[in-house]
Amino acid sequence: MNRRSEILVSLITLIRKEIKRYLRIWVQTLVPPAVTMSLYFVIFGSLIGPRIGTMDGLDYIQFMIPGLIMMSVITNSYANVVSSFYSVKFQKSIEELLVSPMPNWAILVGFVMGGVSRGVLIGCIVFCVSLFFYPSFTIVNPLLTITVLFLTAILFSLMGFINAIFADSFDDISIIPTFVLTPLIYLGGVFYSINILPDIWRNISMANPMLYVVNTFREGMLGVSDVSIPFALAMIIFFIVTLASTCLFLLHRGVGTRQ
Amino acid sequence: MSEFALEITNLKKTYDSDVVALKGINLSVKVGDFFALLGPNGAGKSSTIGIIASLVTKSDGKVKIFDIDTDKDFPKAKRLLGVVSQEINFNNFEKVIDIVTTQAGFYGIPLKDSKLKTEMTLKRLGLWEKRNEQARSLSGGFKRRLMIAKALIHEPKLLILDEPTAGVDIELRREMWEFLKEINAQGTTIILTTHYLEEAEQLCKNIAIIDHGELIENTSMKDLLSRLDVQGFVLDIDNPLDEPPSIPNFPVTLEDSTTLNVVIKKEQSINFLFDQLTAQGINVLSMRNKSNRLEEMFIEMVNKN
Repeated sequence: MNRRSEILVSLITLIRKEIKRYLRIWVQTLVPPAVTMSLYFVIFGSLIGPRIGTMDGLDYIQFMIPGLIMMSVITNSYANVVSSFYSVKFQKSIEELLVSPMPNWAILVGFVMGGVSRGVLIGCIVFCVSLFFYPSFTIVNPLLTITVLFLTAILFSLMGFINAIFADSFDDISIIPTFVLTPLIYLGGVFYSINILPDIWRNISMANPMLYVVNTFREGMLGVSDVSIPFALAMIIFFIVTLASTCLFLLHRGVGTRQ
Repeated sequence: MSEFALEITNLKKTYDSDVVALKGINLSVKVGDFFALLGPNGAGKSSTIGIIASLVTKSDGKVKIFDIDTDKDFPKAKRLLGVVSQEINFNNFEKVIDIVTTQAGFYGIPLKDSKLKTEMTLKRLGLWEKRNEQARSLSGGFKRRLMIAKALIHEPKLLILDEPTAGVDIELRREMWEFLKEINAQGTTIILTTHYLEEAEQLCKNIAIIDHGELIENTSMKDLLSRLDVQGFVLDIDNPLDEPPSIPNFPVTLEDSTTLNVVIKKEQSINFLFDQLTAQGINVLSMRNKSNRLEEMFIEMVNKN
């Protein structure tokens, strides 16, 4: 067996292991987002939504659906990688990977693909849930929607990986999601268009990276956006390349993985 | 084919905390050897093994595995190497069979082949009956076996075991010794670190001792044991004594009223000792080594260093 086939087998093994990990605990990983998002749709969509009226010319629940899907994709792809990679460090089972001939890039891709698969799966589950509340929903630009879905899941899986590399305790893996990701997501246009904000807050919001991710996805699903799509896509790809390079550098140096 | 399974040249390691673990070690292990790497806690054994296994980054020096420079082609070298770490390093919530099959996959063994290899390896180590149990439900001894199964799944030519029998009961330890002897006889080079010096004496052909990050001895077990000058013996006697008997040139002490401790030099005759005891009316019921011979020499060497 040649080297390329060996690497492919090891990569598939790691991806399979990662997917099995979160499917084995599906009650903890797949059900909660479906339940939480159902509550959002019931309260903000069906109960409060009609009183809000329209947002960017769309029903409020319709406007909210892409934002809530993105929120689920971001939090779950991040959470999957950060908890999985930190756990293998904590249990020392990372040694199983380090002593093997797997190259660093394959280790990174394996964990990121685990996060991406969970993020995308949750995104699909939330979309299916949303159809119960808004059955007439149609996707305007499926190609852009799917592209942004995958790019976002990759981006936040990479962020989760870096968080796990530097984490020394379980507290360290919850600080970023709680105090950084969640506020940025909530203020990143999930529930509103920044056009309703006063100028100063609109300008401040433009510095929130979540705004670009959420709005690009909304453009794909609904055809409305507060930001420039080519610029947003370029930014997402730029950050993916930068973060992936950082991850590989950290793995090569053994930061957080080798003594 | 290389003459050496492992060649280490001027290996140095200084940790971020400024602790100097290795001060420039040179070591060679021949193909087919059963080699003991001994040393007190903190001597640098685990750092050495960690560097060979790529779990620790070296500060300087060279490591070659079957003539493959790990700086040039570590993946190729890793395929020839199996490592049993000191601490448990698998996911306790996974099934035994999944842990081993996954490890095979990490070495590029396709799923179909890895299932067969896993079955063979688990049967060989007496783990097949427990294949569907979660690893956390295994006893300490079976967890150790699982660690060995993981390390052997890709059929390495060099197996390194870092204190594999720590905390394992005597019966299981003996079983493991037999197993290791068997795979060594089949051609696998084995490097063993252990605190049980009896283990090293029983199993290993060659030995190196590390202390304070330096190699203080590197020789054959036979040569090392031949350097022993004195041995301590314990004699059980039938009639209680108030004070130890006086025997010229044999220091004798009383451990209790019916147990004597005797130190015998290499050139001294044990027959003479028994003649003297018989002459003084002391009847010896049984005799045994006071402690492991290698242990005495090890302590002496480390203390000297």
